Amino acid sequence: MFPILEAEFLAPEIKRFVIEAPRVARKRRAGQFVIVRLHERGERIPLTIADGDPERGTITLIVQGVGKTTKLMNLLEAGDAILDLVGPLGSPSDVRRYGTVVVIGGGVGTAIAWPTARAMKQAGNRVVGIVGARSRQLVLLEPEMRAICDELEIVTDDGSSGRQGVVIDPLCERIMRGDRIDLVLAIGPVRMMQAVAEMTRPSGIRTIVSLNSLMVDGTGMCGGCRVSTRDGTRFACVDGPEFDAHAVDFDTLARRNRTYRDSEAAALEAFRADPNSAL
Amino acid sequence: MSANPLPPKQRTKIPRQEMPEQQAAARRRNFDEVNRGLTVLGASTEAMRCLECAKPACVSGCPVGVKIRDFIALITAGDYLGAAAKIREDNVLPAITGRVCPQETQCEGCCILGKTFEPLGIGHLERFVADYEREHGELGLPEIAPPSGRKVAIIGSGPAGLSAAGDLVRWGHAVTVFEALHEIGGVLVYGIPAFRLPKAIVRHEVEALARMGVDFQANVVVGKTVTIDELMDEEGYDAVLVATGAGLPKFLGIPGEHLPGVSSANEFLTRVNLMHANEFPSYDEPVFDCRGRDVAVIGGGNTAMDAVRTACRLGARRSLLIYRRTEAEMPARVEEIRHAKQEGIELLTLANPVAFLSDDEGFLAGVRCLRMELGQPDASGRRSPVPIPGSEFEVPVAMAVVALGTGANPLVQSSTPDLATDPRGYIAADPETLRTSKRGVFAAGDIVTGAATVILAMAAGRRAAAAIGEFLESGAWIDAEAVG
Ligand SMILES: Cc1cc2nc3c(=O)[nH]c(=O)nc-3n(C[C@H](O)[C@H](O)[C@H](O)COP(=O)(O)OP(=O)(O)OC[C@H]3O[C@@H](n4cnc5c(N)ncnc54)[C@H](O)[C@@H]3O)c2cc1C
Ligand SMILES: Cc1cc2nc3c(=O)[nH]c(=O)nc-3n(C[C@H](O)[C@H](O)[C@H](O)COP(=O)(O)OP(=O)(O)OC[C@H]3O[C@@H](n4cnc5c(N)ncnc54)[C@H](O)[C@@H]3O)c2cc1C
Ligand code: SF4
Ligand code: SF4
Ligand code: FES
Repeated sequence: MFPILEAEFLAPEIKRFVIEAPRVARKRRAGQFVIVRLHERGERIPLTIADGDPERGTITLIVQGVGKTTKLMNLLEAGDAILDLVGPLGSPSDVRRYGTVVVIGGGVGTAIAWPTARAMKQAGNRVVGIVGARSRQLVLLEPEMRAICDELEIVTDDGSSGRQGVVIDPLCERIMRGDRIDLVLAIGPVRMMQAVAEMTRPSGIRTIVSLNSLMVDGTGMCGGCRVSTRDGTRFACVDGPEFDAHAVDFDTLARRNRTYRDSEAAALEAFRADPNSAL
Repeated sequence: MSANPLPPKQRTKIPRQEMPEQQAAARRRNFDEVNRGLTVLGASTEAMRCLECAKPACVSGCPVGVKIRDFIALITAGDYLGAAAKIREDNVLPAITGRVCPQETQCEGCCILGKTFEPLGIGHLERFVADYEREHGELGLPEIAPPSGRKVAIIGSGPAGLSAAGDLVRWGHAVTVFEALHEIGGVLVYGIPAFRLPKAIVRHEVEALARMGVDFQANVVVGKTVTIDELMDEEGYDAVLVATGAGLPKFLGIPGEHLPGVSSANEFLTRVNLMHANEFPSYDEPVFDCRGRDVAVIGGGNTAMDAVRTACRLGARRSLLIYRRTEAEMPARVEEIRHAKQEGIELLTLANPVAFLSDDEGFLAGVRCLRMELGQPDASGRRSPVPIPGSEFEVPVAMAVVALGTGANPLVQSSTPDLATDPRGYIAADPETLRTSKRGVFAAGDIVTGAATVILAMAAGRRAAAAIGEFLESGAWIDAEAVG
């Protein structure tokens, strides 16, 4: 069992957990994730390690409730525990001194990007943050991002915070203006990452995305997380989750993520009708 | 010593006792075990068929040399617990091997009765005594030597890791088994389905080991959560056994393999066996909804057979096995092929997929295959399939499972630079001592040999345990340079 020490909502449906997991806390590096299983009948889902404290033996997870398992997890409080937690999985981010790094986070993608953004800053990069959300309440980790970014732009769909639009807009302007960009890290919905990849492709700006494929074991055993890339088939759980955006076949990824959509919708509906039945 | 009252001539007149089976019509839609186990009468009758050969050929066919004649004689004498103890001298997982060994090519394949009559049902009898032992009074746990003060880490909880753990803990060593998944048992829990190997049997073995003092740590991926060097240098393990299996799925590399609806056998079987997706929505993990749809499984081994029979049990309308040679070349156990056919599994042989086809929504809609014919024997001695030009045809299916075998998972090797591997990525280990190129590190099971069998993994695990025991005592590491 992995005890939850802290749990607090950061935004509607988005919750931050501090969990005791000493082995993981000691080894984790930016860009890695864990797989959790909440209870005996639960499924295994991947979640990025947002932060870690090796001394205290804890890791931080930030969870967006999108379906049954994440919504169930967001019902947990400090004092509860998670049945299974394994990691750190995946390859760490390739953190080096690139120069200027633009970090783009869409939705909960900001939480996934934040540990790498911070590591990039510590490695001596100039970090430009672009954080997108549907509306003001959903803007994640603004103070944390502000603390590590040399520049930060907030973009909301409805203009309730920062400028109105999508995260592509400020990126596009910077490219048009000829701003120096040595690396783009984009994490968010598949279509957002795809749009960023198309935006940076003509100028050949090195672009990294973190792929959210469906996973089961997270160790390279099932092949369910496979992604199609220019260099052939890759397993997101071991070869990724970060990939060169210009090599990824996003359409295939988007299609594969729909594999279980009917089951997922049915599970969520049953859970909404009776949340207690799940525990 | 023989308790068998019958003269040899009469023994051969007894027909081989049939294994009671769940009716095919019912079992094709449930996950309960197919074979129900011999009754006491069935088992003692079957045992009476044994000729008690002076030089038992059967034993030479068993990879671990189970004293078959002697345990059969104990069954005839009615001493089932004694028979179980006799098997356990050489085989620590008899309830499992009795169910899953390819007996027809091993013990039973060598039984002298088989030359003229049906061979003795050795696997069924092994299973019978092991089940009897489990259900009626324990033999008690084996004696545990006083603590040696030595610590051994075992990576992977499949048959190789479990059997090594059993020996090492008996000799007084402190044993910790690290397992990447949340459940202990390796392929026995995530791969082989419950209708062939009920999970309770594996759990029983694991619990016995835990009671003997083996410390099981699930949710630890060695190479990620902790490295071998950290285990040895920081956590004080004196020796490490790598028993991580051959779990990396192979794909065909043909167009359409990424379509939703195409999965590896590992993924499909793991969702069902480990995650209980067959009980969705009572369990949360989903699996492709096979109900009323057509499913094709590609391959001809045990894994393929398990996958296609699982699809049938999930409610598939048509469950089809596509294999590029003929039924005679299929590597699956004959019992599985027979059971599958009884359950209505269709075998499409001499066919090889060349592409997966998509519907308008981007989901799998079919498999395009080429017809094959058998040509010259290849290196394995089997006649190799040759495509017939222009023979393409399409099979409409909503789901396809690729069961083409597995390779070495590189997680441990890549995080342990001084661990030598062979060109295919398996760990190089001395066949006898199972020592690797790294001092204090041993390797056993599928991660050394490539995908093999439960009994071979168990035998290797025990050989490794013996070598580890010897190393812990002598501290000598002589033949390191011979490896790698
Ligand atoms: C490497 C990795 C790191 C991740 N890190 C985080 C994180 O830090 N915080 C966080 O909130 N989420 C993260 N995710 C996504 C998270 O795993 C999914 O949201 C979760 O599995 C959904 O499970 P569910 O049962 O709640 O929803 P489901 O019922 O399974 O799905 C609901 C909806 O979410 C979509 N979905 C399902 N699985 C995924 C998935 N793996 N990724 C994206 N969308 C999915 C479905 O298409 C569906 O529309 C990560 C995913 C990966 C692969
Ligand atoms: C579907 C299927 C059906 C089969 N049917 C039969 C049959 O009928 N008869 C037969 O004899 N054989 C059968 N086999 C083969 C047999 O199961 C294997 O040969 C045997 O299990 C190998 O044992 P092992 O101990 O080497 O490895 P495995 O059983 O593969 O166990 C290895 C374990 O190590 C864990 N692991 C891997 N990497 C790490 C890591 N880095 N850190 C921690 N843990 C790790 C894995 O999660 C796994 O649990 C079948 C195999 C499959 C897949
Ligand atoms: S271990 Fe396998 S091969 Fe040996 S006797 Fe038992 S069933 Fe036969
Ligand atoms: S070879 Fe057959 S008949 Fe002879 S001892 Fe072995 S099982 Fe009995
Ligand atoms: S999640 Fe199973 S191989 Fe990546």
